[in-house]
Amino acid sequence: MSDTTLIGGIAGRMPKFLRRADPAVVTAFACIVLLLLVGSLYSRSFLSPEYLLQQLKVASFLGVIATGMMLVILLGQIDLSVPWSVAVGAMMACAAAAYGPLGSVLAIPFGIVCGIAIGVVNGIGVAYLRIPSMIITLATNAVAQGLMVVYTGGFSPQDSATPAMRYLATGFAIPAVPNAVIIWALIGAAMVFLLTRTGFGRAVYGIGNRERAAYLSGIDTRRVVMVAFAVSGGLSAFGGVLLAGYASKAAQSMGDAYLLPSIAAVVLGGTSILGGRGSYLGTVAGVILITLLQSILSVMQMPEAGRQIVYGVVIVVMLLLYGRAPASR
Amino acid sequence: MDGAVPLFSMQGISKRYGGVRALEKAELSVTAGSIHAILGENGAGKSTLIKVMAGVVAPDEGRMLLDGSEVSFASPAAANRAGIVCIFQELSLIPELSVADNIVISDPPKRFGLIDRKAQRRIAEEALARAGASDIHPLALVKDLPLSRRQMVEIAKALARKPRILILDEATSALTATDVAKIFGVLKRLREEGLALLYISHRMNEIAELADQCTVFRNGRNVASYAAGSKSDSEVVELMIGREYSHIFPPKPARHGAAVPVLEARNLCWTDRLDNVSLTVGAGEVVGLGGLDGQGQRELLLAFFGVLRGLAGEILVDGKAVSIASPSAARDGRIGMALIPEDRKTEGLMLPMTVRENLSFAALDRLSKAGVIDRATEQRLIDDMVELLAIKTAGLDIPVGALSGGNQQKVVIAKWLMRQPRIVLLNDPTRGIDVGTKQELYQLMRKLADAGAAILFYSTDYDELIGCCDRVLVLYDGAVKRELVGAEITEHALIASALNIHGEGAGPLQGEGA
Amino acid sequence: MKDWRYWLAEQRGTLLALGIFVAMFAIYSANHPAGFTANVVQTAANKGVLLAFVAMAQTLVVITAGIDLSVGMIFTLTNCLASWLVIGTGLETAFGVIAVLGTGLVCGAINGAIVIYGRLQPIVATIATGAVYFGLALLLRPFPGGSVNEDLADALTGRLFGLVPASLVALAVVVLIVWVPFSRSELGRAAYAAGSSETAAYMSGVPIRRGKFVAYTLAGLLAAIGGLFLTFFTYTGDAAYASGNAYTLFSIAAVVLGGVSLFGGKGSALGAIFGALAFRTIGDLLFVFDLDPLWQPLFQGVILLIAVSLGAFALFRVRNRLEWFL
Repeated sequence: MSDTTLIGGIAGRMPKFLRRADPAVVTAFACIVLLLLVGSLYSRSFLSPEYLLQQLKVASFLGVIATGMMLVILLGQIDLSVPWSVAVGAMMACAAAAYGPLGSVLAIPFGIVCGIAIGVVNGIGVAYLRIPSMIITLATNAVAQGLMVVYTGGFSPQDSATPAMRYLATGFAIPAVPNAVIIWALIGAAMVFLLTRTGFGRAVYGIGNRERAAYLSGIDTRRVVMVAFAVSGGLSAFGGVLLAGYASKAAQSMGDAYLLPSIAAVVLGGTSILGGRGSYLGTVAGVILITLLQSILSVMQMPEAGRQIVYGVVIVVMLLLYGRAPASR
Repeated sequence: MDGAVPLFSMQGISKRYGGVRALEKAELSVTAGSIHAILGENGAGKSTLIKVMAGVVAPDEGRMLLDGSEVSFASPAAANRAGIVCIFQELSLIPELSVADNIVISDPPKRFGLIDRKAQRRIAEEALARAGASDIHPLALVKDLPLSRRQMVEIAKALARKPRILILDEATSALTATDVAKIFGVLKRLREEGLALLYISHRMNEIAELADQCTVFRNGRNVASYAAGSKSDSEVVELMIGREYSHIFPPKPARHGAAVPVLEARNLCWTDRLDNVSLTVGAGEVVGLGGLDGQGQRELLLAFFGVLRGLAGEILVDGKAVSIASPSAARDGRIGMALIPEDRKTEGLMLPMTVRENLSFAALDRLSKAGVIDRATEQRLIDDMVELLAIKTAGLDIPVGALSGGNQQKVVIAKWLMRQPRIVLLNDPTRGIDVGTKQELYQLMRKLADAGAAILFYSTDYDELIGCCDRVLVLYDGAVKRELVGAEITEHALIASALNIHGEGAGPLQGEGA
Repeated sequence: MKDWRYWLAEQRGTLLALGIFVAMFAIYSANHPAGFTANVVQTAANKGVLLAFVAMAQTLVVITAGIDLSVGMIFTLTNCLASWLVIGTGLETAFGVIAVLGTGLVCGAINGAIVIYGRLQPIVATIATGAVYFGLALLLRPFPGGSVNEDLADALTGRLFGLVPASLVALAVVVLIVWVPFSRSELGRAAYAAGSSETAAYMSGVPIRRGKFVAYTLAGLLAAIGGLFLTFFTYTGDAAYASGNAYTLFSIAAVVLGGVSLFGGKGSALGAIFGALAFRTIGDLLFVFDLDPLWQPLFQGVILLIAVSLGAFALFRVRNRLEWFL
């Protein structure tokens, strides 16, 4: 007995990153370094601080969205309503902005609340109606799209983003550090705290590993799942709000480009798609990795078709390298 | 036996899982036309042995001989082709397919390259008849059949493969007494037909009735082989556990007067599984649930724990009616209930998560302030529990799945004790754990009761009920058929009432508390 | 003898989908300005058949308890390829058709190989391969265009004997030569078995991997047949991202309506076909009632939402809450 607790004590004193260094996270960071090196062969400016900060800024939009996705994937679920949650967030925020000064003030919260509403519908479907998340989120995505088509008449809306949205997405509260990066850092820190220090976080991991056991342990698993989907919807919409601020307005299919990257970022960061395992650090690595990849492809002036191909191939290859399920025998 | 050439033999077979030795130079030889029983405690290596035989796992070393020539099986299908067919403990039936589909699954009859449904139906009907289960319709879906019927299908499926060696791994555990009798008839007939049968069971009486030859396994090795009937039961048990099998139950305190009732049920009914169940469990009492497996005991525990919907009747805690709609309501302060679930791997633990996370999982609400876990308190409570239950682990931050079965079960119990429950429900908690740990659990149970907890304890092992319980309620078909108190709790009484035999000495149905 | 009861229980999902389709089509044609004429049927059939092929493809994968989110992109890719190849003399056209179908098979086989031998989760794997297939489609057709052998196209989208829509006949032929043999073969049963319980199937010595691989591969083929028919209807190739995604989405809706269990092991492609036809008819109800087409995406989305929620009613019969977590 005393021996074993002693060993436990020693292990407990080791630095956390050494004790729990996940090979997937290490690989993801190694790939980031590799991409930077490859990029610097194309262009000197690839390693300059300005360029890297610019990349971080671009990454932060994906980072915010991927944060919500990660929470849902940790539960062993998936959120395929990201594209139109993003668009709804952006469009509704811009729409609110058209209603005078009060609208401007409420634009950001209103956009986020609309995303949360989508998430709540997803959550009700998954948690209370036990519909597979892949299906219900596809369906809510279709409904959200339908609503937006009706609302906008099928064209990109004319309303533009509020100054506050633009400030959040493009401003600098601290010199040289884009606000978007600060926002991502804050949201990321909150998520790390949520996952590692709170009962809710433990419950998320528990449900992802074995929902039955979590339920029989007296966890209100349905509420946890519901909240996680609501958070995911809200963060997607917030990502949309930031993107609208970045581009000054919302667009019809602005969210389409974020579904695959957000899932890929989470999974490439070592989070198990089956749930229950993964760290936020990995997701950060995944987001940066995906952003750099996209950036390099555009620096190489690859046409859209080629980008899609390289992108899909890289994700499959990386997952084959370390994201595989264990062999059955 | 008597110098017959073995049909199949295994020599020096070893298998490790990670650091754990499941088999260590095991030997076995099987003769045609006989029934060979394999005995041993859980974890003695029996399951691994037959998995090796059936091609499910590959041995690390050793060789296998069939008809005198060396063989190795790359998959269960390869073993089947060689004539070795296994009926596994975990059912290998496919729920969404029909009985007939399942029976021919490994080698369906074909015409023009497609499955010949008529021939398939014929084969299935034959096989079902041979297994003595012609009441099962070949077109029924397996998922719609009750467990005992599925087990019969499993046996029919094995027979349809025309085996030379048939392995039955706890194949009777889910069967009703009539089915067991039928199966025994079938097995004896197969023996006449010249098959070699390998029979694994915990039920000594079954082995006594069936086996010709017995081999006892312990710690991954075969420790003894003998002709059936040449050793007494207690000798066999000693071989299995390697020490005297006695004094493992803590003494029961003398009872005087009725205990203060803590948990009461009045006329609980639920679908066709619970039929007017009323019972009382008092502070300091260990009340057992007996009867054959699957008579509503598990459902009763789940009903108390708020898992079942549409429950009729009343549940009272401390004499006050309560409505418990979920486990989170059941564990809540005023009720203070805990359930040690049936299957620790899927219901009790999150195997990939750490020992620490599992230990505190059910008590997170108590360890948190405004949702944030107080890590110092968590550490203190975990240390207390690890010490109290003597959980052997190489650290708190390793996955709980890496612990032995007994220690895993201790973690399940510890995570509930952390809440200091007043009512403890245990659903067959000693299944698949070693004797030493069992003994510790019996003592712990008594200790909890002495500290005032009300304990409701379901066990499939009659010895445990006799050794641990102050009272035992015997369930049959969802209803309490008999209540045994104190010295009335004997093996004879338990078995008689479990089979619902209204013989002499059968007491009044369902007495009023002790 | 109550064999027919077991048969009925097995076909319940398919029959229900057939019922929904017949009811919806009755409402549709009764309110159609032209009424129930060969022309109306032909137009409806041509639209429905496209989704039916894609839904059949999805069914094969869903039976194995997987999902193919690239099915719409295979459909789009083969459409673009056909707009280059299925043209010219009879022989050239024939080679073109073979090349298009072969491409579908290869796409499906790649999905299968990644999921089964690469052991990746079907969702992630097929989203990624879907991106690749779409990229290839975009390479082939950066802008909509191309052409197709119009004689063949007209023959397959017209009417036989002036009455029966040729596309429906083609659908029936594909069912007979792809689905029926598959569902009655050992590998088809292996696909069902793997979808229902992979461990039990492995224990029983079922060729799980081959069964699943064939299912994914044939799914690629069926999606390619769909893509080919799309080219016959439109005479052009178009790498449209939204349309590819919509087909993936609708194929899932059709599968659900058709009584195929998303948890695997249960359902039939026939059900999915009726599900697809029903889904299309419901979507087109808007037109016969003269509503603004802007509402169509919302309407279809709501139908999808309702369809997937229907399965939840079984939940209210669950008396043991533990059954939620299977």
